[in-house]
Amino acid sequence: MSPAPAVKTLLIDGKDVSASGDQTILGAARENGISIPTLCHLDGLTEVGACRLCLVELKGSTRLQPACVMLVEEGMEVTTHTPRLQKYRRMILELLFAERNHVCSVCVANNMCELQDQAEAHGITHVRFPYRSPSLPVDASHERFALDHNRCILCTRCVRVCNEIEGAHTWDLLGRGVNSLLISDLHEPWGESDTCTSCGKCVQVCPTGALFDKSKVGGKVRKNPDFLSYLNEMREGLR
Amino acid sequence: MSKSTASKPTLATVWLDGCSGCHMSILDMDERLVELSDQFDLVYSPLVDYKEFPAHVDVALIEGSVSSDEDERKIRLVRAHTRMLVSLGDCAVTGNVPAMRNPIPVSELLDCVYKGNGLLQEQIPAERLPSLLPRVRPVHEVVEVDVFVPGCPPSADTIFTVISELLAGRVPQIAALSRFGA
Amino acid sequence: MTFEELEQIATDARAAKETFPRALNVCVAAGCLSLHSDAIKSALEKEVRRRGANCRVAGTGCMGLCSLGPLVTREPDGHLLKNVAESDAPEIVAKLNSAMPERLLYSRDQPFFQRQTAIVLENSGRIDPEKIEEYIAAYGYQALLHALTDLTPAQIVQEVSKSGLRGRGGAGYPTGLKWGTVAKTIGTTKYVICNADEGDPGAFMDRSVLESDPHRVLEGMIVAGYAVGANLGYIYVRAEYPLAIKRLQVAIRDARRLGFLGSQICNTKFSFDIEIRIGGGAFVCGEETALIASIEGRRGTPRPRPPFPAQSGLWEMPTLINNVESFANIPTILRRGGEWYASLGTNKSKGTKVFALCGKVRNVGLIEVPMGTPLRQIIFDIGGGVPEGHRFKAVQTGGPSGGCIPEQFLDLPVDYESLKEVGSIMGSGGMIVMDDSACMVNVARYFMEFCMSESCGKCIPCRAGTAQMFELLTRMTNGTAKLNDLDLLEELCDMVSSTSLCGLGQSAPNPVLSTLRYFREEYMEHIVRKHCRAGVCECNKLAEVSA
Repeated sequence: MSPAPAVKTLLIDGKDVSASGDQTILGAARENGISIPTLCHLDGLTEVGACRLCLVELKGSTRLQPACVMLVEEGMEVTTHTPRLQKYRRMILELLFAERNHVCSVCVANNMCELQDQAEAHGITHVRFPYRSPSLPVDASHERFALDHNRCILCTRCVRVCNEIEGAHTWDLLGRGVNSLLISDLHEPWGESDTCTSCGKCVQVCPTGALFDKSKVGGKVRKNPDFLSYLNEMREGLR
Repeated sequence: MSKSTASKPTLATVWLDGCSGCHMSILDMDERLVELSDQFDLVYSPLVDYKEFPAHVDVALIEGSVSSDEDERKIRLVRAHTRMLVSLGDCAVTGNVPAMRNPIPVSELLDCVYKGNGLLQEQIPAERLPSLLPRVRPVHEVVEVDVFVPGCPPSADTIFTVISELLAGRVPQIAALSRFGA
Repeated sequence: MTFEELEQIATDARAAKETFPRALNVCVAAGCLSLHSDAIKSALEKEVRRRGANCRVAGTGCMGLCSLGPLVTREPDGHLLKNVAESDAPEIVAKLNSAMPERLLYSRDQPFFQRQTAIVLENSGRIDPEKIEEYIAAYGYQALLHALTDLTPAQIVQEVSKSGLRGRGGAGYPTGLKWGTVAKTIGTTKYVICNADEGDPGAFMDRSVLESDPHRVLEGMIVAGYAVGANLGYIYVRAEYPLAIKRLQVAIRDARRLGFLGSQICNTKFSFDIEIRIGGGAFVCGEETALIASIEGRRGTPRPRPPFPAQSGLWEMPTLINNVESFANIPTILRRGGEWYASLGTNKSKGTKVFALCGKVRNVGLIEVPMGTPLRQIIFDIGGGVPEGHRFKAVQTGGPSGGCIPEQFLDLPVDYESLKEVGSIMGSGGMIVMDDSACMVNVARYFMEFCMSESCGKCIPCRAGTAQMFELLTRMTNGTAKLNDLDLLEELCDMVSSTSLCGLGQSAPNPVLSTLRYFREEYMEHIVRKHCRAGVCECNKLAEVSA
């Protein structure tokens, strides 16, 4: 067994906090009741640091750092909610709404959507950027689930849960930039996938209505991404 | 509605491309409408029979997105004669359902609706009908908007608070009241 | 291999050359090759055979003055022949021992040649890049032998530090410091990576070095491997550079043959080998963590740093990653000493820098100047200035991560700090000269389109932000922009540069910011008057219609 990492003490939003040396700023903050917004992060999955919502300010550094990957350090002074950070977070959310066709009123995830929640939490009443209105398909070939690219924010939670937890690696991304597209296998219809085990984990972890259970449309069934931490605990316990 | 007097602020409601759900939500204020009506004059609305948009309006609530050349003409007129312009509901704020046609070119869209569905007299209506703009846009992409009230539709409570605050000369804090799709 | 054996190879190679009283060197690097210099070479060879002339015809690397290509040099007098055609072959061979016709001759008594200082390009255009013996005859691999036999790894790192060399990929991180970090990081397996994924529009320095003098890069990498304790190196080169790949393959094969690569190099315990990895055409793979992901066989997207590759890089092992030009400086630094190298350049930027000079300038080509050379000297003396009838407007450095520098800064001495001060960056060395026919809004739009299509899409600010900025810039050029679009654009610039995950996004707003800083009135003209003074944007048509 490797030696336990040293305990570090740091300051988050003026609050004295102690954390284990292998903990991220996000982990330490949440453990101490300090909330930092996230979209791509999910307890139990590897971090990608992609959504940039969790960027925080560190004293003595002009560069913003993602709290989800940045490890705590002794004497660190972290600020999580400056006007500058809040402004950037609002803009990031606006960019997401303008990027694809997020029509909340007709979305299966209306009122159960993390993107919508974040918009509300950040006081977003409208999007100042022009809507891009791309033409995107819906893949409803799977017998139980469906994928609506219009609502996908490319957070790759589904890619990671499928690869890291289920071990199937059905999902991955095609293309790059704004043309990135979530695909199953080698860009085949989901229903024809050889690797998909129909476990439904991707649907549970999807923060928006992009991946959904066909039988629950309009049924207002909240997704349950929390099963991951349970799975991981079970795994640790078995080891 | 009460009779117009010179001292009361004026209110207008405008219906662009929307389902009229936001106007239904206005009606949903029920008896509070009576309470409010003492405080303003409703000078233009699809709910009442005024033909011309007045020269000066204090508050205009806009339902719907800008989808046709008629919508665009109307919203520019409204903006020119209104002090506080309110985007009411998701269609006005985001484009919402009407904007779902944006990925599809207009000609393709019209063909799909009016032709080749086994209709008896296949034709695309052209005369005396507003023509569709290439893209459906939220109101603030066309004219300046002062207050945004998202929601599909915003609740009667939300609308009541918005109108009350505006009539009292305050800008309502919307974020706590309503959200996209709500 | 010993010093004596190396000297023997060099002597033999020189002797082989000297058996011919005359030689014709034909540039067969990509620039001249695209003008069929290979056919010229064959024509010259044929003509030499036909006449039985005592002359050697050889292919060499880039001679620098690409705009006058195809280029041929006559040795030993060094006469440079420009715009050579196949049909010129008989005349050139007939006049081998007399004066060349005026129309072909380009005098070397010109600032283009006199104002340059060659270190990285010292062999370019002089040796055959596919013959290791010629590199050795030009003192090649002496630095490696010196390093392996006379120096400890720590001494090498010290020498590199002393030279003041900074990363030539653009960011300018001190090379010695990077080497020292990798050397000190504990790990059983370490790697050296050469970043040859040159992708900036208008940049062709690395391609030219690899095509003209590939062994110089290999030697730098092998020395680096010895200094940091690595036994395997990768060259990540983009697939768009087939000639560079071919020359690298030949060079690696020859270096293995002579024992500069492989096990127990030069009879020491040190083993090192180099493999080539070919990039699939993604600009973002020039970013070090994306490049590493690509070598590992994964999707080429960057990851947050720390940890830096020096601590955890390729397959989570300590990895030294440097640019082609950085490695190409190493042999000379070791041969002539770090102090000598540091005597060139400015206070904080030492040595020389290779620039790819292109755009609206007479002498388009590849140049190398000491750091601190003023822009005016580079563009007007070496570059020959803007062609007749037009006025200089701006010079773009640093590619899509850089900025446009206007006339008032022409006397700026070029180094890492000074370029940053005026809102641009050194970058890898692309230098695009623009005259009054360029619209700065359109230039900004062009670079934004590049960043948008090359964004990997992983982080939202870069993926969606560049797309929005491109849309706003498009509105400005086509005359549909409103005044508050400019505010939105500036807000986006700030947000995208502050929040993006990697350098691509962080620097994507730079072309917009620098043009806004110096040419704001052009933006205003586009938005308010729907007028483009350079006459290149669509908005002019709109203004005509409404007038």
